Amino acid sequence: MVTSAERLRRLLALVPYVATRRVVGLAETAATFGMSERELIDDLNLVWCVELRAPEPYCPIDLSYEDGEISISQAESIARPLRLAADEASALLVALRMLAEAASFGRPSDSNHGDPNHGDPNRGDPNHGDSDHGDSDAVARLIAKIEAAAGAAGAASSQAAILIERPNAGGMAATLSGALAAGRRVHLRYYVPSRDEATERDVDPMRLLVVEGRTYLEGWCRRAEGVRTFRLDRVVSVDVLDMPAEVPEDAEPSDVDGGLFTASPSDLLAEIELAPAARWFAESTPCESVTELPDGRLRIGLRTPDTTWLRRLALRLGEDARVVAPAELADEVRATAAAALAQYE
Amino acid sequence: MSKRRTERLLSIVVLLLSSRRYLTAEQIRAAVSGYPDEQEAFKRMFERDKEELRDLGIPLETGRASQFDDDLGYRISRQDYELPEIHLEPDEAAVLGIASRVWQSAELAGAATGAALKLRAASREADGESRATPPGIQPRLTTQEPAFGPLWEAVRDRRPVTFDHLASGRSEVTKRTLEPWGVVNRHGRWYVAGHDRARNAPRVFRLSRITGPVKFAGPPGSVKVPDGADVRELVKDWDKPLTRDHTATLRVRADAGFALHRWGRVEQDAAHPGWDRITIDYSDPDWYARYLASFGPDVIVIEPPELREAVIRQLKGALT
Repeated sequence: MVTSAERLRRLLALVPYVATRRVVGLAETAATFGMSERELIDDLNLVWCVELRAPEPYCPIDLSYEDGEISISQAESIARPLRLAADEASALLVALRMLAEAASFGRPSDSNHGDPNHGDPNRGDPNHGDSDHGDSDAVARLIAKIEAAAGAAGAASSQAAILIERPNAGGMAATLSGALAAGRRVHLRYYVPSRDEATERDVDPMRLLVVEGRTYLEGWCRRAEGVRTFRLDRVVSVDVLDMPAEVPEDAEPSDVDGGLFTASPSDLLAEIELAPAARWFAESTPCESVTELPDGRLRIGLRTPDTTWLRRLALRLGEDARVVAPAELADEVRATAAAALAQYE
Repeated sequence: MSKRRTERLLSIVVLLLSSRRYLTAEQIRAAVSGYPDEQEAFKRMFERDKEELRDLGIPLETGRASQFDDDLGYRISRQDYELPEIHLEPDEAAVLGIASRVWQSAELAGAATGAALKLRAASREADGESRATPPGIQPRLTTQEPAFGPLWEAVRDRRPVTFDHLASGRSEVTKRTLEPWGVVNRHGRWYVAGHDRARNAPRVFRLSRITGPVKFAGPPGSVKVPDGADVRELVKDWDKPLTRDHTATLRVRADAGFALHRWGRVEQDAAHPGWDRITIDYSDPDWYARYLASFGPDVIVIEPPELREAVIRQLKGALT
């Protein structure tokens, strides 16, 4: 249920939206405002009912909707949208500047500094180069327009900055963004640190994402026959194949909005006790559960399909962590540590 | 109830925007429906309405309603209210769509979509969006740290704050008073940079290390950000990557240690078939010992002796 303030905010954008266009589709308007047609009609009725009683009674807003179209013949003083509030201008400008920085990684010119083996597939094809620059120009143009429209409300946005790690030194992002624009399949050599190995796979690119400061390729992995995300700084090499990308129509983009890494309930659940010195681990990794223990220790529950990763993790944390369950994993950690120590004798 | 309130607030906005004069509370009451007859109840309700309108960013001005009486009146200046003229090209509208989905935290996601709707509402040209290709890259920003909300407000409104902070590797909490200059996201983590009053120097704090509530310690506008203060640089300096000024020699199984093979200098080890000799640079000895221990029996440290000892200690720790 929206509050009356939220609803008023929406109405003060809805009336100008229709007034600017004079006639506009009901379905299209509902989609733009992220509501159902029923809710939209409720909003329109509310606006239409507004009546001022004094000095002379009159209805300031005159609108109608029929046959799936809305029209406004009179919107009076609220025909223009309200100015951007400080939070609105800042949230949008910070997001746009982040987008500008992220998009600059995909700029073909950046690939010149990169590894010559990961050449830019679009070199010699001016269309792709132009489309990339077009995007970044659109970002820059939009930033300038919003700054001008926001005025002082945008000032606070300069006090928030998003720094994004440049993915790999080379033109990896440019190569992949080129493949994406050209709709081509890529062959990745991809490093999996948890298993300490490089895997080979063909991927049909879907989009590039920047999540928590890192750049990822999301695509249809032909080996796994599913949507997978690949961290660009773990891509060892990429070849753009002379083959069109074929992303199955039912391939669902991963729900990054709920966090990029969601464990499956069927995964192994491990319980680990962390000493105070290893508390950082619970901050940096999504845990299924975190329980405070005496003396600043923590017990965490982790779900993973990958016991190799857990074993490596336990060795890395050493005396600051103790695997509580499953018992087989605890035995495996001890056996691996003993085997490693034996080599130093 | 809520519908009638929305209707009343909307009526006030339309009324005050159309009036050049300041209108008194009584005049407003006479013009809009929905206020109670009882005087005290009306006053309370009117106060709440004004507050709500101001919270939405509606520039409600007060002034004397007429030169003959002292009653306060209200009006909304059209110039302060209206979004200036703006026209978005279809490709800019496509970018706007991507940008309005960047924030993942409810508060700022709402602010960004609200802003995008206003801009779309003002610009008919934006409707050509479907003909434009959106950028192939989609950034996301999350703010899970509870301290983010109050610090964002403090930076926006230029207010000093106090909070408890747990420094890395320490167990006791210290109370800090900070004049915040800005918030920065780096490696996906949020930091606040500003002037630490007790230390009388610029300081950077990681938001996840702020424990307990962040409280305002002064009125809006009481923080002055010094000219030339660059919060990005402050955070970069604070969190700068270490230089790799140590070198290790390792014996690594030829079919394992992919990362070591890739980023180190690899030689065949004639005396140990099946193993390679790898020299590799590293920065933090403690961190690197832990990292090497994670390879288990696939890696043996040859030198330096401190690193060898540290890895052995690490492995012994994992035995218990």
